[in-house]
Amino acid sequence: MILSALFSVLFCAAFVVLVVGVVRRTLIYKKTPSPLVIPTTPAPTTRAGVAGRMFREVVFFESLFKGSKWSWLFGWLFHFGMLVVLIRHLRYFTEPVWGWVALMQWLGIYAGMAMLLGLLGLLVRRTAVDRLRYISAPSDYLMLILLIAIAGTGLLMKYVWHTDVMALKAFVMGMMYFQWQPLPADPLLLLHLLLVIVLMFVFPISKLLHAPGIFFSPTRNMTDNPREARHVTAWPAQDVKTAEATRS
Amino acid sequence: MAGMKKPEFDVPELREIPVIPPIAIDAMAHSKPFVAKAEHQKPLGFPGELVDDWQDRAISKMDELLGKYRSLQVFMDACVKCGACTDKCHYYLGTADPKNMPVARQDLMRSVYRRYFTFAGKHFPGLVGATDLTEEVVEDWYRYYHQCSECRRCSVYCPYGIDTAEITMAGREILASIGVGQKYANEIIAKVYKIGNNLGLPGPALADTLESLEEEVEEDTGVAVKYPLDQEGADILLVAPSADFFAEPHVDGLIGYGKVFHQAGTSWTLSSHASEAANFGIFIGNYENMKQVAMRVREAAQSLGVKRIVVGECGHAWRVAYSFWNSLIGPFDFLDESFPIPQHICEFTYGLLQRGALRINKEENDDKVVTFHDSCNVSRGSRMGDKPGGQFTIPREIIKAACNNFVDMAPETTLEHTFCCGGGGGLLTDDLVELRVKGALPRMEALKQVVDESGVTHMAAICAICKSQFTKVLPYYGLGMDMIVSVHQLLGDALELGTEE
Repeated sequence: MILSALFSVLFCAAFVVLVVGVVRRTLIYKKTPSPLVIPTTPAPTTRAGVAGRMFREVVFFESLFKGSKWSWLFGWLFHFGMLVVLIRHLRYFTEPVWGWVALMQWLGIYAGMAMLLGLLGLLVRRTAVDRLRYISAPSDYLMLILLIAIAGTGLLMKYVWHTDVMALKAFVMGMMYFQWQPLPADPLLLLHLLLVIVLMFVFPISKLLHAPGIFFSPTRNMTDNPREARHVTAWPAQDVKTAEATRS
Repeated sequence: MAGMKKPEFDVPELREIPVIPPIAIDAMAHSKPFVAKAEHQKPLGFPGELVDDWQDRAISKMDELLGKYRSLQVFMDACVKCGACTDKCHYYLGTADPKNMPVARQDLMRSVYRRYFTFAGKHFPGLVGATDLTEEVVEDWYRYYHQCSECRRCSVYCPYGIDTAEITMAGREILASIGVGQKYANEIIAKVYKIGNNLGLPGPALADTLESLEEEVEEDTGVAVKYPLDQEGADILLVAPSADFFAEPHVDGLIGYGKVFHQAGTSWTLSSHASEAANFGIFIGNYENMKQVAMRVREAAQSLGVKRIVVGECGHAWRVAYSFWNSLIGPFDFLDESFPIPQHICEFTYGLLQRGALRINKEENDDKVVTFHDSCNVSRGSRMGDKPGGQFTIPREIIKAACNNFVDMAPETTLEHTFCCGGGGGLLTDDLVELRVKGALPRMEALKQVVDESGVTHMAAICAICKSQFTKVLPYYGLGMDMIVSVHQLLGDALELGTEE
């Protein structure tokens, strides 16, 4: 029961840190002005065009595809594998399980493998290419190792050391409604959950901020219409007013 | 002649199949431009020499910039070190110095950002590669933020659109604000304030230059083409880079603009107050200076009472004009808003071409096989015409209208993928010749390929810096310095002025 309490508290704390951290960061991005029009051109000339560019960037990793085919392949496998895996995990958070979540459970397994494959590819690239070794800090390797360990422990539970998924679900549902249930004390499951908790804590203070960051990237989200629409933001305008006020 | 002198460094060999070089640590650690003296710093509002509390001042300046530019704030956080940019910078490809990889150049600032502004960097600096702002770090900033031409090529390939130019600009602004500015750029901006253009060419000298230009053109063509200065009530104010007034091959471009205006029967004028399209304020990343330099154009347009502003062949100037002018010195409600404001000379000429208003004899250029160098600021920081990518098609259409033989260079080196000439971004100075020569390598390799395979004889460009840079570096690679021409030179040579009534 102590174990259940500990994991419940950690999970809730990690969730709060994740949400508050990302929201806080996002608000900072939102409030920081972009005083000049700086899309990387050729760029869309309408808001709808910009939405399309952002969609292609987020879903297909368009720029990365232009930049590095290997990074793109491994990166895309990892991210979209992880997305499907996360959706698959919704079955632990819903009762009854939503129909479409139940229907894609089989796919989630392959997605888990794709995720692991992508991560291993990224790790090999990071260690094998001299340019990447040069730019990598310990945290860059640790982040990959953390994600590999999460995917690896997950797959091991599926194929080698099964855990009591019904009891796990009872624990998760209990946590969501503040009615504590015992957590199965399988070492592999505890490790898997602990690593996920670490990931959630680290998210808002690490390079994982690229996830909200992309939506605020001025070179991707600005419209190329500076001649048609005058772009004015707070700070230069304010500075000018202050300067005029001091002069007069 | 630059090419005759034996250089003090090894000029890279042109390879048929370029490969990404393995990293060579500190290969360019010796390269840095002259530091600005007090007389270059003070007119720009920067301290004359390194301030005593430089560390605190630099960090508080960084804090200020993080709050002023979303680009900087997001770019500091978002990089995942995926490595997609590592082989995209011409300075890395030409020097192999790993600090010339875009991500490594950014990391010079990002490591300091992490140390002073993030939880992870404050508490676990070793883990996330955070560093204190030491003297060595500042020296690295000065070296490597002056080995970036702010060409934005890396930003094309970054999954988050991180534009190293934005970080280089911030780096230079912080350096200048603690008293360590770059002589070349700051001296030029000071000259603009004092005299009106980058070259320090005063009004009377400018008038003389234009007069002798008129004589020269009349001698050549038998037609009295005018190059008016400060003509009140003209329809169009032409703002050209000051190199166009006398540098080769720039001046042939200016001659070309005049011929186009002449044949179109348009009234136009240059201005002695705004006798410079260039705006080095963008290079040093300083909003106030960029605005102050740009303001001369608005003042000139208003005092001359023109209806339109047209910008000559200049890359970064066109980015500033197209993308920034409306924010910096707009609104332009005193101009004729039925035309684009501002308009590029290529857009103006292309409009005439489409209407069939120009009489051209393409055979005049039959001795040439021409290719086109897309300038970085035009390609990745602006547009021409009303569709994305017009900045690529419009200059090519003009060249094709004037020349029978046009060949493009390899697709991975043109359009949005174009390589910088190696001299942009405020680096076009003799104290950086080695960097400029080495940085030109990727463009030189692409050019050599079309020279060998298609017999290309000339490379046209629409940027004053590109033209000066290529004139200088082409000989280092065994190519003729007169290969580089202005787009409006090609057109001007083919225009049939003589048959005009």
